[in-house]
Formats: sequence, C-alpha cells, structure tokens
Amino acid sequence: MSDPHSTQEGSDLTPAGTPGYGHVATGTVDLSHGAILYLEDITVSFDGFRALNKLTLDIGVGELRCVIGPNGAGKTTMMDVITGKTRPDAGTAYFGQTMDLTRMSEPQIAHAGIGRKFQRPTVFENHTVFENLELAMKMNKGVKATLFARLKSEQVDAIGATLALIRLEDQAYRPAGLLSHGQKQWLEIGMLLMQEPRLLLLDEPVAGMTDAETERTGELLNELRGKHSLMVVEHDMDFVDSIAQGGIVTVLHEGSVLAQGTMDEVQADARVIEVYLGR
Amino acid sequence: MAVAAPQRSSLFPPAVWTGILVVTAILALLPILNLTFADGSALHISSFTIALLGKFMCFAIAALALDLVWGYTGILSLGHGLFFALGGYAHGMYLMRAIGHDGVYQSDLPDFMVFLDWKAYPWYWSFTDHFWYCMILVVLVPGILAFVFGFFAFRSRIKGVYFSIITQALTFAAMLLFFRNNTGFGGNNGFTDFKRILGFTITAPGTKAVLYLVTLAALLGALVLARSITQSKLGRVLTGVRDAENRLMFVGYDPLWFKLFVWTLSAVLCGIAGALYVPQVGIINPGEMSPANSIEMVIWVATGGRGTLIGPIVGAGVVNGMKTWFTSVMPQYWLFILGAIFVLVTLFLPQGIAGLVRKLWARRSAPRAVAKSVTGEAS
Repeated sequence: MSDPHSTQEGSDLTPAGTPGYGHVATGTVDLSHGAILYLEDITVSFDGFRALNKLTLDIGVGELRCVIGPNGAGKTTMMDVITGKTRPDAGTAYFGQTMDLTRMSEPQIAHAGIGRKFQRPTVFENHTVFENLELAMKMNKGVKATLFARLKSEQVDAIGATLALIRLEDQAYRPAGLLSHGQKQWLEIGMLLMQEPRLLLLDEPVAGMTDAETERTGELLNELRGKHSLMVVEHDMDFVDSIAQGGIVTVLHEGSVLAQGTMDEVQADARVIEVYLGR
Repeated sequence: MAVAAPQRSSLFPPAVWTGILVVTAILALLPILNLTFADGSALHISSFTIALLGKFMCFAIAALALDLVWGYTGILSLGHGLFFALGGYAHGMYLMRAIGHDGVYQSDLPDFMVFLDWKAYPWYWSFTDHFWYCMILVVLVPGILAFVFGFFAFRSRIKGVYFSIITQALTFAAMLLFFRNNTGFGGNNGFTDFKRILGFTITAPGTKAVLYLVTLAALLGALVLARSITQSKLGRVLTGVRDAENRLMFVGYDPLWFKLFVWTLSAVLCGIAGALYVPQVGIINPGEMSPANSIEMVIWVATGGRGTLIGPIVGAGVVNGMKTWFTSVMPQYWLFILGAIFVLVTLFLPQGIAGLVRKLWARRSAPRAVAKSVTGEAS
C-alpha cells in the first residue's frame, strides 16, 4: 500500500530496517512491505460511546500523513491506541509487519520507534532544554544504566544538532518551563527526534502558536519529511495545506475514515464538506 | 560546536560543602566534650543534649529518605513510620537476645515471652542472637516489604492521594498486628529494658557516644548517597516522574522500576534510621507505627523544604527541637502547634526553610549578579 511519494522520498531508508537501529529496542521494525503502520478494524468504546469504529488506516515508510477531522472524530484516541495508552476492544494494530502494538507497553512502543507529541506541550519544566533532550536520547533506559550514565562527546554533539534543528541553541540552559508555548512544542518535537523514531505522531503541533511560529513549524516538519514517517493530526486547514504538498490526507469522522486522498480531492468531497469543511 | 555539555558540579557547591563539614565537625565534637569535661565545667555538654541530638539525627535520616520519594519523585508516603519501626524492631530483636539472663524472670527468653508462658523462641526469632544477622534484617525487612508493596502499587499505577492513603492503611494495619501479644514482638510494650550491645553496657556514656557518632556518620553517608543519586541522570528521571510521568513513558522510560528503586532505597534508609534510634532511646513499641508518626515525618520534610535534601534534615531538627521544648512547657498544646506549623509553612513557606534561605541568599547577592538571578529566579 505504498504511495508513490513515500517510495521516492523514503528511498534512503532500507526497507528491512538498517542495522544500528533497534540495538536497544525490543526488535527491529520489519518494513518489507513499504508500510510502517497498519491499523485494521480498530474499535474502542468508552461506556458505550464508540470513540473509534472499525478504523482502518495504514501509513507508508517516509510518508507525511495529515489526519483531519472535527472534534470527537477519534483522532486522539487513535494516537492512544498506537502508543499503547488505550487498548482497543477489537481490531489489530501493527508497527511494521511484525510488532503487535496492542500487546506492548508504552515504553516498549517508544523503544520500538514510535514517538508521540501531545496536544498540550509536555516537557520536563524543571529541567533545562539540554537536559530534556538528554533524557529523551535513545539509549539504554534501565535503572542501572541510567544511574551510571555519563554524557559522551558524540551524544553532546547529537543534542547540539537537534538544538540547531529546533532553533533553541541559545535557550539550551534555561529551564524548559520558561520557554514560550511555541518553543515548548519545538522542544517536544526535538525530544521525539532524540529517540530516533521511525514514526512520529504529532497531535495538533501548531495549536496556540503565532503565525510566525506556525510557519516555522511547517518548515521543521518539511525538513523531517522522508527522514521519518510522520502522522500529523491538525485542525488548521491552511497549515495542513502547507505541509501536505500533494500527499495523502485522511479525514476522520465518528471514529472511522470518511475520506482519503490529496488535499484537493478531500476538499472536493461532498461528505467531507458536509461534516467538516462546509460548516 | 555551539553547544557544550553543561557544567555539572560534583555533589555540592564548595560553600555548601564547607557548611556541611563544619556542622559535622561541631556535632562530632559534642560527645567528646561530654566525655572529657565533668559536669559543672563551662565546656560540659549534658548527656541529655547528646541523647536528644542522637535522636534528632535518626529522624533526620528518615526525613532525608522521605524527601527522596516525596520531594524528588512526587510520591507522598504517609507510612514511612512503618519502615522506621521495622528497622527498629529488627535491631531490637538482637538487643532483647543480648539481655540474656538479666531479665526480671532470669530466663533465656525475653520477659514478655515468659509472661505469655512460651517455652521457646518462635521460628522468626532464629539467629537473632547474632548482631550481624539482625543488621541484615534491618536492611532486608523494610526493603523487601517496600519492594513487594511498591511493585503491586506502582504496577497498578496507583498515584497521588490514593497511594498515600494505602501507605497510611499499611502502617496502621502493621501497628494493630504488632499490638497483639501473639505476634511475638512484645505487644503494646514492645521491646525495652536493653542491657548491652555487642558486650558493651548500653547506658554507659562511652557506648552512647559511639552510637551517636555512628548515627552522625550514617546521616552524612545518607546525605552524600542521596545527593549523588539526585544529581545523576537517574535523579533527573525521578524529577521527570514527578513533573510529567506521561512524557517520561513515551520517551521510553518505565516509571515502575525507577519508582520502585527510589521507594525501596528510601524504605531501607528509614529502616537504618530506626535501627540507630532504638538503642539510643532504649525502647521500640508499636506506637512508632501509628499514622500520626508518619504524618509528623511529612511535616519535617515540608518545614525543611521538599526536594532539597539538606532542608528536611534541618526541618527534622527544628520541628523536633520545638516538640521537645513545647512538650515540656505546655504538653497539651503540642499537637495544635504542630498543626499550626504545617498550616503556616504551607501558606507562607511553600519551599520550606531551604526555600527561604535560598531566597534571602539570592536577594543578598542580587545586586552583584542581576543577570544570573533573572534566569534563576523566574521559576
């Protein structure tokens, strides 16, 4: 199910998973069929309310997928299922060909290579920006290894590179709690990148941002395109338009996929206009 | 490279190190003054003062242990008195065996067992006549209990007040168990009337001085250990548990093992504090497990300042100093005063004594380092 964009742009990713990844994680992601995430017939109910209703969705390697939908469409619940926070009542969720996400804990899923950014920015407010990135860095995260961990110079360089990417170099030693809202969002994205994820889930990355910050976030996501698979859940249609760039946009409604296609196709779809865009 | 690794000072800044060593030296000098100068001399330190300070230092270790879980990891325990008491009982078993035939009934068994008409020690008293075996128990009993309890509580993701209430219930249940005579730990009288420790008379001034110095060394050791943990990357993970546990999980840490590590360590430290306490005060009974005792520990930490390590040590000293004074002058009002301390600290000193000192220090050096305080103070 790979779309042409992802195979072109993701060509630097070897499908079987490069060595070097996963030496700490629970296994290597099997990407031999070109898709990194498969959700099939996922159903989640809360007290009878169906937050997700037979949701089926897959994401290609290196793809930047935008997911839109009105409030209550099940976007956040979908992310909860993918990251192990919520267990589905029915259906299957696979990361690559072999990893069953419904049987893994949150830290295991994080180690396997799925990074998640929350809707509200959550960073460690009492730690400096540098320390936030250090904590997120991919390495053995057991108790003993953590107790005796010492920073190596290449790790400092990796943190420096991420700081440059998220443009927080001059904020490195400030407590993260003092950052602006937009800077916290970037820091959180930077923390995800330090985990060297295969798939990044971003829940409303530009919510509450100024126009300049929104534009900068768009640039950042475009820089990540192709290096990582990304799933962006967003309300802001202009922003989605600016990052979709002809890629597939998925519209969720009442817990299942309403429509899927390029931004133009989706915007022309009568059902989408009725439930979401037209209002 | 624009970004360099942050400067991480080894343990404490020099000024704090100096302070710690000066205070330690003064505290170490007191029992020596007590032994060398006779009563009446200007340099004499009363045995009462030594006993009191020895007791306070045990409380300080317990406060330090509680600060690790509450101040740094955000886990409020209202049952740390249990671990303190268990450490005390484990040491107490040896002290009871060491009484030998010198009890009231001149028996091999402790008086309370003779009173119950028991003919032999129950199985769990085996080997307790060996000092080092009991010292192992001091570590293992609170440690294993904390590990097992913590494992199930943290695995079930019990947090906040729910966790606090369960710890409170745990210490209360243990208190009721230890009150029973049939439990085999002396019922409501507990263990007392100790005669000797490792062959030395327990009431001799020399023995008291050694116990005091061992406690001081344990307190200093516990402070250095706790500080090196909180300064490590693991310490930053613990603060992460406190501030944003969800983020920590999605970054790939399993909070369960980190909480369990610090929780168990804290219980062991508390047990050691209890074990040092018992020979100095000469008694351990189930009253130490009463919920009020554990709550008092929380007040020491809050008064001294959460998440500062040195603060809770000072807090334990200050609150217990006030307790000593008030319970001798107007004993019936002490609980009201304790409550008032807690209310006042919560309202006016949310960072405790340590926070107040830090604020005054910042104000004093503010004109010299404006730029520094702007970044440091806004949080």
